Amino acid sequence: MNFHNALMKTCVNPEGLWCLRLCRTAIVGVLLEAKTANYIPIPPAKPFQSTLRYPSNRKTIYDRNLNRTKTTEISLASFAYLFNTLITYHHSKSSSVSEIESRLNRAGYPIGIKMLDLLLYRQPPRSATRPTRIVELLQFIHGTLWRALFSRSADALEKSTTKNNEYMIIDNEPLVNTYISIPKEMSQLNCAAFVGGIIEGMCDAAGFSTDGVSVHSAGEGDEMWPGKTIFLVKFKESVVEREEAIKASGG
Amino acid sequence: MSYYFAIIGTRDNPLFEIDFGTSKGGADGAARFRDEAKHMNQFIVHAALDMVEEIQWNNKELYLKKVDSFQNNHIHCLLTGGNIKFMLLMNPDPTSTPYSAYQTSPPSRPSTARQSTLLASNPTTPQTEDAVRQFMLEVYEAWLKCIMNPFYQVNQAVTSPVFRSRVATAAKKYL
Repeated sequence: MNFHNALMKTCVNPEGLWCLRLCRTAIVGVLLEAKTANYIPIPPAKPFQSTLRYPSNRKTIYDRNLNRTKTTEISLASFAYLFNTLITYHHSKSSSVSEIESRLNRAGYPIGIKMLDLLLYRQPPRSATRPTRIVELLQFIHGTLWRALFSRSADALEKSTTKNNEYMIIDNEPLVNTYISIPKEMSQLNCAAFVGGIIEGMCDAAGFSTDGVSVHSAGEGDEMWPGKTIFLVKFKESVVEREEAIKASGG
Repeated sequence: MSYYFAIIGTRDNPLFEIDFGTSKGGADGAARFRDEAKHMNQFIVHAALDMVEEIQWNNKELYLKKVDSFQNNHIHCLLTGGNIKFMLLMNPDPTSTPYSAYQTSPPSRPSTARQSTLLASNPTTPQTEDAVRQFMLEVYEAWLKCIMNPFYQVNQAVTSPVFRSRVATAAKKYL
């Protein structure tokens, strides 16, 4: 340090005392200065080196349109093919039915997070509102999300009669299961676990954490809707408590 | 007149930061924050997150308008559906902000007539709110395009220079 060097120099200086005094004033001066400048300046950020590669037509994702038109809808055939590949992949990697389901769930999860903001953006400007209550969120999923994904609302939305944190979204004929038949030895599997993951992602993103969204086939013995599926949403206790606190405060 | 804009993730982690000045009235669009303000801005915006959490369940709007102020810094916020906070700090006159020595005297008055028409001098007028809302919505659109990228995960910092330039363009246009 420069300051220390200066101190050493004064000490070996033959002019002794006077110099030493001068030196002490310097120390006080430095201390005072340190007192007034009681913040540490942040070093300037390093210049950012981008490794971004532009596509040949120079159009980045930021030049794309976020709104959907009729012509940009995906055909069911191509979706079915992709979904088929996804299931085959996860089937080959898992050892049990529940593992396939949890893998499908995880594949859907990030989609739910992103869909929430995308759907809010697509609502007419200035009327977009964040879902802030459990029922609003579920209606958003039941209506807006289902319409965006499957071009129709879900078939029912029910509250559990025994537990106050459980809700059911019912789809009589999940679009994702259209071309899937389950082999006998895996009769427990329902590939709509993928949609369950989407729901879970959306609940989490909106700040309503869940203990998971489980998917149950309820079509057995139902002649009208053999593929009937129930998405059981279990909210965490803390979410229900928050809801009650808001209600109590008149919100 | 200077602005500091930050995007805060769901775990109160910063994802993106930029500072800029106004481009209205022939200004050059450069931020005039003092050295000290660089960390104070982060600190003030971080403190304002508490105010956002307080109102987020009672206000369904995305744009929450002015949420907090400290000395002559005013903070506006847009809360996305995915609980990401866009915080915009505005300061009409950063050189006169006494960060370290807190004063109880009223904040400095704008010295000239021109300054009193600045957005940041009137943080709650419909004019300011409208300009900020438009700025926020434009950033929101760019943000959506960013998160729609399948390689983007929640709470990842945004480093794209294209995103940065989009934000800067929106700032130039509205603020």
